[in-house]
Amino acid sequence: MAAPIKSPGRVSAPGDGGVGDSPLRPDGTLKVAGEFAYASDLWIDGMLWGATLRSPHPRARIVSVDVGPALAVPGVRAVLTHEDVPGRKLFGLDDPDQPVLAFGEVRHQGEPVALVAADHPETARRAMERIAVEYEVLEPVTDPRAVIADPEGLKVQDRGGIVRHQPVVVGDVAAAKRAAEVVVAGEYEVGIQDQAFLGPEAGLAIPAEGGGLDLYVSTQWMHQDVRQIAPCLGLDEEQIHMTLAGVGGAFGGREDLSMQIHAGMLALHTGRPVKMSYNRYESFFGHVHRHPAQMRYEYGAAADGTLLYADVEIVLDGGAYTSSTVNVTGNAASLGVGPYEIPNIRIDAYGVYTNNPPCGAMRGFGAVQACFAYESMMDRLADACDLSPVEVRRRNAVSQGSRLATGQVIEAPAPLAEMLTRLEAMPMPPALDTASGTADLRDLPGGASQTTHGEGVVRGVGYGVGIKNICFSEGFDDLSTARVRLEVIGGEPTALVHTAAAEVGQGLVTVEAQIARTELGVQKVVIAPADNRVGDAGSSSASRQSYMTGGAVKTACEAVRAELLALAGRRLGRAHGDLAVAGGKIVSRAGGVLASIEEVLGGDAIEETREYHHRPTAPMDPVTGQGRSHTQLALCVHRAVVDVDVDLGLVKVVELAAVQDVGRILNRLSLEGQIHGGSAQGLGLAVMEEIVVSGGLVRNPSFTDYLIPTILDMPPMRLDILENPDPEAPYGLRGAGEPPTLSSTPAIVAAIRDATGRALTRVPVRPEHIVA
Amino acid sequence: MRVNLTVNGSKETVDDVWEGESLLYMLRERMGLPGSKNACEQGECGSCTVYLDGVPACSCLVAAGQAEGREVRTVEGLAEGSTGAGDQRLDPVQEAFVEAGAVQCGFCTPGLVVQSHDLIERVPDPSDAEIREALAGNLCRCTGYEKILDAVRLAARRKAAAR
Repeated sequence: MAAPIKSPGRVSAPGDGGVGDSPLRPDGTLKVAGEFAYASDLWIDGMLWGATLRSPHPRARIVSVDVGPALAVPGVRAVLTHEDVPGRKLFGLDDPDQPVLAFGEVRHQGEPVALVAADHPETARRAMERIAVEYEVLEPVTDPRAVIADPEGLKVQDRGGIVRHQPVVVGDVAAAKRAAEVVVAGEYEVGIQDQAFLGPEAGLAIPAEGGGLDLYVSTQWMHQDVRQIAPCLGLDEEQIHMTLAGVGGAFGGREDLSMQIHAGMLALHTGRPVKMSYNRYESFFGHVHRHPAQMRYEYGAAADGTLLYADVEIVLDGGAYTSSTVNVTGNAASLGVGPYEIPNIRIDAYGVYTNNPPCGAMRGFGAVQACFAYESMMDRLADACDLSPVEVRRRNAVSQGSRLATGQVIEAPAPLAEMLTRLEAMPMPPALDTASGTADLRDLPGGASQTTHGEGVVRGVGYGVGIKNICFSEGFDDLSTARVRLEVIGGEPTALVHTAAAEVGQGLVTVEAQIARTELGVQKVVIAPADNRVGDAGSSSASRQSYMTGGAVKTACEAVRAELLALAGRRLGRAHGDLAVAGGKIVSRAGGVLASIEEVLGGDAIEETREYHHRPTAPMDPVTGQGRSHTQLALCVHRAVVDVDVDLGLVKVVELAAVQDVGRILNRLSLEGQIHGGSAQGLGLAVMEEIVVSGGLVRNPSFTDYLIPTILDMPPMRLDILENPDPEAPYGLRGAGEPPTLSSTPAIVAAIRDATGRALTRVPVRPEHIVA
Repeated sequence: MRVNLTVNGSKETVDDVWEGESLLYMLRERMGLPGSKNACEQGECGSCTVYLDGVPACSCLVAAGQAEGREVRTVEGLAEGSTGAGDQRLDPVQEAFVEAGAVQCGFCTPGLVVQSHDLIERVPDPSDAEIREALAGNLCRCTGYEKILDAVRLAARRKAAAR
C-alpha cells in the first residue's frame, strides 16, 4: 500500500559543520514552517480513527463487557476486546505482564479495556461511551510501604508485591555508627512527575500485503516496540515494518508501548488504515510516569564533615505492571548516595507493585529521586558540622579513581571538587530591591499578580550535585547500528545515513550529520527516515544516543572511508596508507590534493553497516549490590538563587547556574539546549509538577491542573561546560541529556530552605509547605 | 455545515464540518494544514496559536463555525507571500528560531513562532520582560526557553535592520 500523504521524509543537513561545530538542525526548517510530519499529523485516504475505552477504577473485577450498543452506532467499523487479541494477550517493555486489553481484573485507572474504530474521531469516542462494562470494584493497594511489609497479602499481581529488592552493602555500618561523631537523618518524598511531552501519543497502522502491517508511530525504540507488538498480533517481526513518525518530545514516556498494538489490531481487523491520537487527558493515562519515592536516610560523619556511613531505604512505587521498574530500582540503589566517598554503606532499594498510576522511564531514571534525598542530606550534614554546603560536598566528593557504592571504580575523569569550586565562583545575580518599594512586580514571586510589594520577599541560595549513569547498565548488551552510503548525487559526493535511532527533539540527526562530515570529508549529508529496515539502535534514553548511535555512525563512516581510500589507491596508483579525505578531496601527506571524491567514486556507491557496542557491564550482586554495573558516569552541579515570599509561600527562581562535564562538546548549541531543558524539568519537579493521586485515582490529568514551567517560571541560566574526555567513548564524549535534570531540583529546594529555614522534605514544594 | 473563510490569503469553502469541531480540527483534518498543533486542546499550551482577523488565538478554543467570514493566518502562511503547504519561504522569526537553537522537538514551535511574530509586530524592540509576558501562554517542554528568548531577540534585531 502507498505511504501516507503526510509522512516522514528524508532531511538534508545544509552547509558545513563537523564534530564540534553547531550547524543548523536538518529538520529545523520543516519544523518552523509547520511542515514536519508528527505522528498526530499522519493522514491517508480511507483511514479510520481508533479510540480506547479505559477503566475508571484503579482496581476492579470485570464482570461483563457488552459491545453491542457501540457496534450499532452508524460509522463504527469495529469494537474489540481482549477476546480479539490475535496472539499473546500480555506485553511489556522488560517483562510481558501487561494486558493488551484488560481481562479478569483492571489494575490501574486508565487501563485499556476495549477499542473502537470509526469514520470520525468523535464517532469513535461516542461509541466508546456506549460500551457497557460491569465492574465489581475492589479496594486498591496504594501504600507501597505496606506492600513491603506484606508482599504476599497485598498482591496486585499473582507474582507478589515486590518487583525488585536491591541491597547495597559496603563495609560495616554498625561499627561506623558507633564511631560517628555527627549523625543526621531525614525522610524524603518525591511526587509523581509526568514527562508532559507536548506531542500526544499517536500513530497510523496500515495493513500490508501478505497479512503484515506498516506502522508509523512516535516512539523511542522501534526494535523493542516490534519485539513486543509482533507476538500480540500473531505476526512475525519481519511482517511489521515500522517507521518513526515525527516525535513531539519523549523524556522516557514513549519507551513503553501506547497505541501501537491497539492500532495494529484495529487495522488488521478492518483491513483499513487506522489512526490513533490521544488527547491530553488520555495522554496522562496513556504512558508511564516517574516513580514516586519514599526515602529514609541516616548519615554519620566525623566532626569535620567526613562521611563515615550511610544507612538508606528507598521505596519506589511502580504501579500495577513491571515496565522498567527493575532497572529504575537498580539505578536508585547503585547511585543512592551520589558521587561521594562513603566507606560504610547499607542501601535497601525496593520497587513495588500497587494500583497507583503505572511508572517507568523518565529522564534521570531512578537517579533523580535518590538525588533529591542525598543532596538534602548533604545540606543537613553541612549544618550539623557548621560547614558551607559547597565545602561539605567538596570534602566528600569522588574523583577519578574513586569507588561508587557498588565498588565500581570511576575510571574516567570526575572532577567534582573542581566543578563545585567553579560553580561557587560564578557571578551572582543582582539583589532584588525591595526596600525602596519600586521593585518591578513582574520580578517578584507570583509575578504581575503579586498582591504585596515585596515586603516579605527573602533571597536564598542553594547547591545541588548529581551523578547519572550513561547508556544501559547491569549487563545489558547495549548496541546500535548504522548504515552509511557514499555516492555522487547531482555531481556532489553525498553521505546517506540510515539508522533506527529515534530523533525525539534532542538533535541526534544534527550530530549524525556532523559525524558523517567529519569522518568522510563531505559537505552533503542526507538522513534517511528512521525505520526497522536497518538494525537495532536501542532506545533514545539513558543519554545514550550520541554515544551509541554516534559511535555506530562513526564506525560505519570509518569503514566507508577505508573502502574509499582503497578504491582511490587503486585508481590513482598510490599506496592507500598514505591517503586521507579532507574537504571533499582525496589527499596524500606527500602529494597534497590528488583527486576529488566524485572523481574517484564515479558512478560507484560504497555502503557499509556497522554495529557498535559499549564495554560490557556486569549485573549487581543480588545480596551486596557490588559490580561494575555502569559503563559511563556523568556529573552536573547546580546553584540556584531564589526569591521567596515567606508570607504567601510563593517562589521565584531568580537564576540557575550549572557546571557540567561533557567529555567533548559535539554541538554546543544543542548541548546548551539539553542543559537548559533538563534544568527546567528539574525546576518543575522542585516547585510545581506532580500528578496528584488519591485512592489510586489521578486528580489532575490536564495542563490546567498539572503545571509545567512557563517562560515566566524559568530563569536565565549561566553555564560552564567542561571537556574532560572519556577515553572509552566516541570522541571522548559523555552523555549529557539527563544529568542537569538531577541536580537542579535539590539546588532549588536548598535555596528555598536557605530563604525560609523550613525543612522541606518533599517535592514539589508547595506554598503551604513554606507558610505552614 | 459549510464554513467560508480566508486562510493564508486564499478564500476557502469547507463542507461537511460537524458543528462540534474546532477551528484547529478543521485546519488540520479538513484543510491539509496540520502545522497548528494539538498538544492540549484546552487553551493551556498555545501550540495551536493562529492569527484570527490579525489577533493571535488558540484555534482549539475557537469553534469552526466561528471562523465563518473571517481571516485566518497559520504558521504555514506566516512568511510574507507564502501560501502554505510545501512553501518553505521563512519569516525572519522562523529563521531566527532555527538559528538560535530554539527548536528541539518542535511541537510548540508553530505556536511560539506565531505569538513571537505578533509581539514583534506590536513591540518592535521588546525587553526580556515583555518577551516573557507575551510568550507566557506557550508551553515548551524541551528548551527551558533560553534559546527561545535568544530567537525573539535575534528576530527583532533583524526586522529592525530591515526597516
